[in-house]
Amino acid sequence: MDQDKLNEKYNQYVQAKIPKTKNFPSLFNSFWVGGLICCIGQGLQDGLMALFPTMSLEVAGTWMLIILIVLASFLTGIGIFDRIGVFAGGGTIVPITGFSNSITSPALEFKKEGIIFGLCVKMFTVAGPVIVNGIAVSIIIGIIYLLI
Amino acid sequence: MLLMYLKVFLVGGLICTIGQLLIIKTNITSSRILVLFVVIGAILEGLNLYQPIVDFAGAGATVPIVGFGRSLAKGVIEAIRDQGVLGILTGGLTATAGGIAAAVISAYIMALIFSSRTKKY
Repeated sequence: MDQDKLNEKYNQYVQAKIPKTKNFPSLFNSFWVGGLICCIGQGLQDGLMALFPTMSLEVAGTWMLIILIVLASFLTGIGIFDRIGVFAGGGTIVPITGFSNSITSPALEFKKEGIIFGLCVKMFTVAGPVIVNGIAVSIIIGIIYLLI
Repeated sequence: MLLMYLKVFLVGGLICTIGQLLIIKTNITSSRILVLFVVIGAILEGLNLYQPIVDFAGAGATVPIVGFGRSLAKGVIEAIRDQGVLGILTGGLTATAGGIAAAVISAYIMALIFSSRTKKY
């Protein structure tokens, strides 16, 4: 069999095996789960500011993100986050919880390859590109801001 | 008060739905979505367009990963005002250090305590 035909067959096989996401329900689920996570964040932020009246909005906002990050990391550790993730898709990936999950999940996965070269290295498989590109863009913005 | 939470819910939900739509329609992986959203957030903040969304929707705009990109750019711009040129390099990570450090240390601790289990979907 020539190469082109083989490739075509392989691509068809791959297409058939790719898990299909049902469009409408997954969009709906990601909408309400994502909205809910943001509301929890707003609730935490308002709660912190009510509890500590001297706290500024910025500090309360950072604490709120830290709480969400630690919570998502814990839920990933006990295996609940993945189940919510399958159900809600973008609803859990796009909020900061997805960033936290993207660090904890490979850390758990590659623990068996050793603490240093497994856990610590693989921790940044997803977060690495996010941080690198984020820093790169922010530096470009800084340079432009300085020039203007 | 309740209106604020409605705005948070709608804007936060909408941003997540855009992410999900990209995943469905273009088959780009979720990690690329994260990269894309962070870059978009930083650019919007650089153009001064993200602050109005934050004023309007609070956590609905800061909780999605777009807010992380926004903090990076915001940190750089603020640090330039305080420290001059050095701010370009110090501002971004200073502003996001809390989140990154929390994510790294909690991932470290959780991975040491728990082990991954076989995924059953």
